Amino acid sequence: MAVMRYSEALRLAMSEEMERDPAVFVLGEEVGQYQGTFRVTEGLLERFGPQRVLDTPISEIAIAGLATGAAMAGLRPIAEFMTWSFALSAMDQIVNHAAKITYMSSGRIHCPAVFRGPAGTGNQLSAQHSQSLESWYAHTPGLKVVLPYTPADAKGLLKTAIRDESPVIFMEHAGLYATRDEVPEDPDFTVPFGQAVVRRPGTDVTLIGYSIMVRKCLTAAERLAQEGISCEVLDLRTLTPLDMETIVGSLSRTHRVVVTQEEWRNVGFAAEIAARLADEAFDELDAPIKRVGGADVPMPYAKELEQAAIASVDAIVEAVRAVMA
Amino acid sequence: MIQHQGTTPSRQEERASPDPPLPHLTAGDRDRSLAGMFRLMLITRRFEESLYRKYREGKIGGYLHRYDGQEALVAGVIPLLEPGDYVLSTYRDHAHALAVGTSPREIMAELMGRTTGCAGGKGGSMHLIDPARGFLGGDGIVGGPVPVAVGVGYAIKYRGDSAVCVCYFGDGAMNQGGVHEALNMAGLYRLPILFILENNGYAMGTSVSRSTAQTDMLLKAHAHGIEAARVDGMDPLAVRKTAEHVIAEIRREVKPYFLEMTCYRFVGHGVADNAQQQRFYRTEEEIQVWKARDPLVRLKDHLLRTGELSEAVVERMEDEISAVIEDAIQFAESSPPPTLDTLYQHVYAEE
Repeated sequence: MAVMRYSEALRLAMSEEMERDPAVFVLGEEVGQYQGTFRVTEGLLERFGPQRVLDTPISEIAIAGLATGAAMAGLRPIAEFMTWSFALSAMDQIVNHAAKITYMSSGRIHCPAVFRGPAGTGNQLSAQHSQSLESWYAHTPGLKVVLPYTPADAKGLLKTAIRDESPVIFMEHAGLYATRDEVPEDPDFTVPFGQAVVRRPGTDVTLIGYSIMVRKCLTAAERLAQEGISCEVLDLRTLTPLDMETIVGSLSRTHRVVVTQEEWRNVGFAAEIAARLADEAFDELDAPIKRVGGADVPMPYAKELEQAAIASVDAIVEAVRAVMA
Repeated sequence: MIQHQGTTPSRQEERASPDPPLPHLTAGDRDRSLAGMFRLMLITRRFEESLYRKYREGKIGGYLHRYDGQEALVAGVIPLLEPGDYVLSTYRDHAHALAVGTSPREIMAELMGRTTGCAGGKGGSMHLIDPARGFLGGDGIVGGPVPVAVGVGYAIKYRGDSAVCVCYFGDGAMNQGGVHEALNMAGLYRLPILFILENNGYAMGTSVSRSTAQTDMLLKAHAHGIEAARVDGMDPLAVRKTAEHVIAEIRREVKPYFLEMTCYRFVGHGVADNAQQQRFYRTEEEIQVWKARDPLVRLKDHLLRTGELSEAVVERMEDEISAVIEDAIQFAESSPPPTLDTLYQHVYAEE
């Protein structure tokens, strides 16, 4: 074990996999000479050379297309989007090409590409740079969707993503890059997809989150503990595949659930979980399912408005009180 | 035709070949003679005609985009490729599949949505694919294959192969942003890609002049640092000669090249674009002018003149091709449709 930042853990995952498999390479804007916009790829160019750490023009369609084509031709690309907000122009390559080629060919060819980069809200980055869009990808069959919370998961899940034969949407959180925690240094350490984890055991309410929302759920749980409410916090880690077993297991102990997401509340991932719980575990519920998410507005710039738009600890606390009432 | 052995990743499933090779199955099968080129063009034309009949019979669904009139663009190029090379195409992709050597049986079965199809019946007309032969598929999105080709070209260069990736796309694609991003990257990284612009003058019903401010397509390639040339796609000999030269140059110098091939599609954009519909954007006179330059007739006349073909041989080819197509139809029609338990199969690679 070594204590390192989330961003360093991501870098370690990439460098270990690049050592392990010569087909793995990194591409994206400012990933090489600039050392990465968020320093995630720092030092990789010097270590692996320009062919395996490819600086690209600001051309997200071609970045995604290059990754897709290279993966179809036998390489294992890791395409970095400077932020997931910039990946919107690449949607056709991701959704219509990478995600579908395996199915369209009945499995005759695969696309083992990783698309990664920071997502999330905050820092007064305003409407076009401050958002979470994971549901867009979770909605699409053929993509796996991964959102790590801890540095150890950042490493272990990214290694799994790189080794996966299917295209993986790997959404980091800019607000987590500086988080420090213990990370296994074993190069064989990986974290499997589809296994949610209990970050805090509890008995009264299940709080479900992923990425930065796990931190907010944990903070809310801490506060609610002082009111005598015991929250169990689940970290989903991957939206596709989704570990419904762990979710239902937790609900069958607590019988109350609040599902949180950073993205817009309307038609978000929490709605999917709520619907599935209503389908699969209705009898376990002692209270209506509550959702917490971002306000359904483009992210405003002014601090006061921004704060009101971002899914907050306060909102989680309120939702828990409501399901306990 | 472009057998991938060493270069096909072993983890990618080998396609189970459902049928033994037939004689003259794929006219292009390593036959680089002009007679072979003619035979490939002929089977392509006859195959498209048969697809149209089957579409009208209700045996083929979805869209059907025919290559009639553009055959030289494929038959002049793809037979020149080597094992390890790649081809990407558009939704007008039947010709490309035939040229790489995908069996007519598998193509017909795919169009009929059968499990024996080259994409297991899940792709259809626009998504023919044959990775074992280097054909990475048709593509239903205008401009879609061009960014993908950049990745394929990057993989070739990454491995240090002397392979070439040939990427076909139409004049409509020249107005897609991603195509220009991709051309820029290909030029920037000097990727071994032959970009073939199938300029048939119309993006569906919109002519180049109605859609494109700068109609000199070579300038657009030059703008991305890519050498470019224009060739008359209705002239089979010119296509073949240019392709030989350019492919050799790409292999030798490891660089992209852009070939604009001017051509004309003799039929509508798709089946729904029937004669009546076409009156909205092109005249019967214009169609007849281009049909008078039919590359199939042109190559046949040339080969009859030089003695490389005789009427008797052409007649025999027609008979053989009819038999191959009839066999493909029989095969497809007697093949089972996919069973419903495969609906959720292949969404992910491990399934």
